[in-house]
Amino acid sequence: MNCRDALELVHGYIDGELDLMKSLEIEQHIGGCASCKVQYDRMRELGSGIRAHAVYHASPPALRARVGAALPQEPGSAARYPAWGLGRMSAAFALAGLLGLAVGMALLHPGAEERIAREVVAGHVRSLMAGHLMDIASSDQHTVKPWIAGKLDFSPPVKDLAPQGYPLAGGRLDYLGERSAMALVYRRQGHVINLFVWPQADVADSGLRSDAHRGYNLVHFSRAGMLFWAVSDLNPDELKAFAALL
Amino acid sequence: MPHLDAAYNLARWLTRNEHDAQDVVQDAFLRAFRFFDGFRGSEGRAWLLTIVRHTCYSWLEKNRPAEVRAGFDEESAAADAAGFDPDMMAAEGGNPEAIALQNAHKRILNQAIALLPLGFREVLILRELEEMSYKEIARVVDVPVGTVMSRLARARQLLRQSAPLRAMGGFAVTEVKR
Repeated sequence: MNCRDALELVHGYIDGELDLMKSLEIEQHIGGCASCKVQYDRMRELGSGIRAHAVYHASPPALRARVGAALPQEPGSAARYPAWGLGRMSAAFALAGLLGLAVGMALLHPGAEERIAREVVAGHVRSLMAGHLMDIASSDQHTVKPWIAGKLDFSPPVKDLAPQGYPLAGGRLDYLGERSAMALVYRRQGHVINLFVWPQADVADSGLRSDAHRGYNLVHFSRAGMLFWAVSDLNPDELKAFAALL
Repeated sequence: MPHLDAAYNLARWLTRNEHDAQDVVQDAFLRAFRFFDGFRGSEGRAWLLTIVRHTCYSWLEKNRPAEVRAGFDEESAAADAAGFDPDMMAAEGGNPEAIALQNAHKRILNQAIALLPLGFREVLILRELEEMSYKEIARVVDVPVGTVMSRLARARQLLRQSAPLRAMGGFAVTEVKR
């Protein structure tokens, strides 16, 4: 990362808007670059100064009444219920609030698919962070496949997709959804794709489904009693094209 | 009437005037009411602020088109600084905020924000005062998320370099206790 990029990305970092990998890159850069560190400190100082001292203009009391009076009245009800329009709007806002609550609760109890998506992304990030991307580094599917066979109770298909622009880089054992899973590592230009494969009883074959979680893109499908989840920071279209080749 | 404060705060910072902000908010709520179908649950604030912002721009284009044209013009904003009423931010009548604003540092900071070009000012307000995510800001301002970050970066750089803050002798705002 160069200083020009860092000076912009540091704002996303301060605002908590960067994904894990970008945050680590920024931390590393600031750690080694004194002038960017100074900028970072100044911008943080500025941010806390603004939040402490910039005026939040609360609406004047008269405005509420004025807006309420200006909202359209239902025909015939205006005389008897002057605040009807306002009431209707409040009711709708309240309903929307309830819907928001329902959505919030759904997030607390994620469906199975979302839970898997979370674990897959966590597995992907872990593999990049811990420097444990591969147990076996090989672009040769005939090396990777026998290696797997000795470790797992199932046999995932291993394809080298180098001709299509997605070279196989290796594989490792991982643990997902409370069972062992195979992680195949592919590369696409600078990007790493983790393809997690594990068997699942009674699963019907399905087409490609796209998803995104914490800034990572996911494509998943099931085939021959196995679940396939590809995860990467690669763009959704290329990730989908990759999954379609499997 | 939820989000009325958020609506007023944004309109107040974009029009930089109490009465104009009230007109804009009233107009925005009327529009919001008319297009009620567009309202979507938990994103209600972003949806309403999109309308408020749009109403502000329409109002500014009609009444102060130069400000919209200079939306990203860093030089004309700097020139504005000379003729700007330093007491503008304190012209709030007798409310408690105005009294609190007597603090010189605070007034200078608020003035410096008010002097930012419109396009930079709006992302800063949405981020720092409304505490919106980049995604929400992107929606309100109708630009990609990456643009939100680069505008915020520029807004903060401009603020740090701004004449009022520099005249104060560097950035000493955080030395003032809350």
